Amino acid sequence: MDKVMSNKKMIALYVLPALALVLALIYVPIVLTGYYGLMKWDGIGAMEFIGLDNYSRLVQDSAFWQSAYHAFLLAAFSALSLIAYLAIALVLSGEIKGANLLRKIYLIPMLLSSVAIAQLWLKIYHPTNGVINSLLASLGFTGTIEWLADTKIVLLAIFIPIIWQYAGFYILIYYAALKNIPTSLVEAARIDGANPLQIAFRVKIPLILSVTKVTIVLAIVGSLKYFDLIYVMTDGGPNGASEVMASYMYHQAFRSFDFGYGSAIGFFLLLICLVVTWLIRKLTDSEEIQYS
Amino acid sequence: MKKKTMTVALTVALASAVALTGCGSNNAGSSENAGNTNTGGNAPANSSTNTGGGSAEKVTLKMMHLWPAGSSKQQNMIVNDIINEYQTANPNVTIKQEILENEQYKNKLKVLSASNDLPDIGMTWAAGFLTPYVKGSLFAPLDDVLGDGLKDSFVSGTTEAYAVDGKTYALPLELNITPVYYNKAIFAKYNLEVPQTYADFQKVVDTLQSNGVAPIALGNKDRWTGSLWYMYLADRLGGPETLKNAINRTGSFEDPALVKAAEEAQALVDKNAFNKGFNGLSNDEGKSEFMNGKAAMYLMGTWELPNFTTNETIPQEFRDSVGFFKFPTIEGGKGDIDSWVGGPGVGLFVAENSKVKEEAKKFVKFFVEKWGEQSVTKAGVIPATKVDTSKVDLPQMYIDILNELGKASNITLFADVQMSPAVAQVHLNSIQALFGKQVTPADYAKAHEEALAQEAGK
Repeated sequence: MDKVMSNKKMIALYVLPALALVLALIYVPIVLTGYYGLMKWDGIGAMEFIGLDNYSRLVQDSAFWQSAYHAFLLAAFSALSLIAYLAIALVLSGEIKGANLLRKIYLIPMLLSSVAIAQLWLKIYHPTNGVINSLLASLGFTGTIEWLADTKIVLLAIFIPIIWQYAGFYILIYYAALKNIPTSLVEAARIDGANPLQIAFRVKIPLILSVTKVTIVLAIVGSLKYFDLIYVMTDGGPNGASEVMASYMYHQAFRSFDFGYGSAIGFFLLLICLVVTWLIRKLTDSEEIQYS
Repeated sequence: MKKKTMTVALTVALASAVALTGCGSNNAGSSENAGNTNTGGNAPANSSTNTGGGSAEKVTLKMMHLWPAGSSKQQNMIVNDIINEYQTANPNVTIKQEILENEQYKNKLKVLSASNDLPDIGMTWAAGFLTPYVKGSLFAPLDDVLGDGLKDSFVSGTTEAYAVDGKTYALPLELNITPVYYNKAIFAKYNLEVPQTYADFQKVVDTLQSNGVAPIALGNKDRWTGSLWYMYLADRLGGPETLKNAINRTGSFEDPALVKAAEEAQALVDKNAFNKGFNGLSNDEGKSEFMNGKAAMYLMGTWELPNFTTNETIPQEFRDSVGFFKFPTIEGGKGDIDSWVGGPGVGLFVAENSKVKEEAKKFVKFFVEKWGEQSVTKAGVIPATKVDTSKVDLPQMYIDILNELGKASNITLFADVQMSPAVAQVHLNSIQALFGKQVTPADYAKAHEEALAQEAGK
């Protein structure tokens, strides 16, 4: 067995299928996207090389920067909500009754498909029959809040289901990390007279710092390239009020048939995500803490 | 070791299966062809023997369409009937179908044109969709087919939607116009009459509104729905030419009539004429307000007719209570009441580089004629060719609509179809902003004018 695994040819053979898939489905398309971004192309006719024109147009495109602003706002919301997830995970990982059941309940949204979630929340937000507006009406509130039609609140209305959707995922990650902390450390702290808050802030959170960093990157980068719920629920509307970078890219490429510009946006989005990831890693760079 | 090799083999097999399913899914639809001799999937389209013309020679025509047996059963049946009939009459011709769902169809058409490998016959949409294909010399002009009398059998204005620079590149199969449907039961309850003028219409809206009934069902998340309202206002105020000219750049979008139409649209919003939250609702959600009897009127295409006549899943009581009226005329406006917003749906094209172009054209002509005889009775689809209502047995609403079509003075093609895709996006977003009152009518017109001018300047 060991002999097989140390045989270079064998290793290559094992890696090959996955490598081929990753190359064909991820890296080659990235390179192609970069290439199309330099073209003027309607998807049908001949391509015309226009250099960086698409990018200079992008930099001056206020609709794009508005969508970028929305995406960064979503990233900020997601990052802040991590605090809440961490708090919930801390409570759950403590010896409270029904923690196991609660953990499963929190995970349910994660198991639903995005489209199902979108349909669910469309019903909740429905201006006349929706749960929220019906509830408000029964409480004596007379006006109708048009959750997805009002440009001032549509963004917030769409962030809530997104945050809700991913809650279970992050809680699960934190929960698993917290459960990995040796009980001896927590007990030692307790014997030394630390209260639960001190245990949380001085022992538990520092120990799962590396996991926290990963979740920050996941949450922020995931938000920057977010697409699904927005596409189904508002399609970026009304009039671009809930447009994010990925949906703007989609609209340019597949609605306006401007594949060159769409590709440029896609490539730019990739660059933004890379830069942001690098920045986060820089900012959160610190020594790994270990108590033993 | 033997076990290991097995695992490797399985891994490779699994990986290739994953890779292949991506390419293979399209063929599932194409293999359900009825009555075809060839089941070889994507074999090259054109038969090798053909040199053009000789009637005894074997000819294979490849046809791509978007009516799978699953989702468009009636249409699919008619297509197969027509093909069988043609093949019986012309034993040397074999017609191979490839069938894809709408979105897949559009994508495949694009991919095939990039590799210059279009089927001999296929389906296209009008104006804005068609133009890039024509500019790329991918479709053949069909004026010779229209020549001997066929053109007269089309409702006037329908083939023009497929014309670029004076040549017609596809023959339309479907035609839709957009009446205002209304709920007779609600109208009767509040003693309302079908409005003849826009002033009457506004009174109807006021009465319904003050009685707590949403006057008009609208789902404007899809945006073209609101565009219909705007187009009618523009037509009734400025006549059919004003909007057309603004789009084809012989006129301006800042024409007073077009700005006034935008003002009227906002006036309707101010009156609460539309159901609440319409800008966040899809067309289906908007439609359900009408279907549930919560809203009294609904402006939509005649593709909804089955829902109001023959569709058994909708309560008989509701179907009986639906009527339609023509968008009323506006006092002092130039438009007349027999001018419609609408347009042809899909049409048949013949590929420019098809090796069997003449045979393909013959079949297209045959298809259009046969389709016109069968589509409305068998599938409830109004064909672009004229229908003799005295000879067909149809629900009354169909007869009425077909009669209206017969005396239509004009059919204005949907604005977002008239425009190029990029300008259409500006138009649709502006419509949403206009109805959401985020822009003034003047700015609305200006946004269009700028987008159109920029497009023309390219």
